Amino acid sequence: MLKSVSRNGLILGTFALVTTALIGLTYLGTRDQIAKQQFELLQNTLLDVMPASHYSNDVIQDCVLISEKQLHPDEPQRIYRARDEQGATGFIIETTAPNGYSGNIHMLVGMLLDGTVTGVRVLDHKETPGLGDKIDLRISDWILSFTGKIVSEATLNLWEVKKDGGQFDQFTGATITPRAVVNQVEQTVMFAINNAETILNATDSCSSIESAS
Amino acid sequence: MSDVKNELETLTWQGLWKNNPALVQLLGLCPLLAVTATVVNGLGLGLATTLVLIGSNVTISLVRNLVPNEIRIPIFVMVIAAFVTIIELIMNAYTYELYLALGIFIPLIVTNCAIIGRAEAYASKNPVGYAAYDGLSMGIGFTFVLVLLGAMRELLGYGTLFSGAELLLGDWASILKITVFTTESPFLLAILPPGAFLAMGLIIAAKNALDKRLEARKSQEQKVVQRARVTAE
Repeated sequence: MLKSVSRNGLILGTFALVTTALIGLTYLGTRDQIAKQQFELLQNTLLDVMPASHYSNDVIQDCVLISEKQLHPDEPQRIYRARDEQGATGFIIETTAPNGYSGNIHMLVGMLLDGTVTGVRVLDHKETPGLGDKIDLRISDWILSFTGKIVSEATLNLWEVKKDGGQFDQFTGATITPRAVVNQVEQTVMFAINNAETILNATDSCSSIESAS
Repeated sequence: MSDVKNELETLTWQGLWKNNPALVQLLGLCPLLAVTATVVNGLGLGLATTLVLIGSNVTISLVRNLVPNEIRIPIFVMVIAAFVTIIELIMNAYTYELYLALGIFIPLIVTNCAIIGRAEAYASKNPVGYAAYDGLSMGIGFTFVLVLLGAMRELLGYGTLFSGAELLLGDWASILKITVFTTESPFLLAILPPGAFLAMGLIIAAKNALDKRLEARKSQEQKVVQRARVTAE
């Protein structure tokens, strides 16, 4: 009896080790490639969240990495700074809602310094197909309803889904997902308004990392 | 040789009709009911599930002789979870477009009991080739039901068929979309999970009715044959 238990335990342990090792190796082998793919998607999306009329600088190169709990619970996020001849005009901010229905919702938010949202896109999510995935522009144009909305102290109570008394539609059968996106956009813009000086004055810090990888 | 042919024929028949994972075994209902609001979503989940079924059946079949009977279930769970995770990582890295289309279905597949069901019922007792074929035919059977269910619900709910096909199959597929009627407000019952339960029930009922009729016809034919024999004597 004891012998068979310990033998089975050993086999179970070996399988656990082997499968975990395989996943670990695959993760290590694909990590850079995945990061590269995600970064390309992010760069291609930059132009969608802020119309080119708002800036004249090379936005992709004018970027800082910021570690901030409101943007992502534990990883630094990129903030791109838009400027024209008169000075700074706005930010394009990479941000992650940690409270989607199934995990993180990775987004890009474009905004002007006065709190006007110029566009929002979802880069990556794991929401339920057919219910929560309507935040994806390929499925529905709900995400476009953010464009032109203003975040300020006076409009904070409008930054909710309609069910909670705000101005954004929820989806039939899925309220958690749009609620998470709406709140994250609101938080992101508020963070940027409150810390605009710091972000604008910070020295470039993403470009070196990207050229290295 | 004819043994092989027989086995493959049985597997096809079992997977597609007699023992269909969705209609008879009623496995994997959770993703099935959640996702099948449109044909394309159904097809996406079906394809991803088929791939994983084939892969997990092959893997389980390969390790079947190393696994003691008492602890087979936790080991199958580990192998399948690892397999699915590795597929997801590789798709994410090297077929990014496909990952963006199918990736959201993958977390649903891990929880699909059809996969461990096949591992336990077939792959753990049979050689690799048969196990792979079992995965394929079960996967096709599952996909068929998903697409049918998606078609019923999409047609009733939105009045369209194949909307969003370009997400799965590439840009050319946007011409596949058929608009049967246009509606201001979608028919909610069909789109939400209760509609899925109802449609699923109807499909199962239709299958049972068809089976019964076939059986009745068969026994009638047998009777005819017997009578013929009697008169011949």
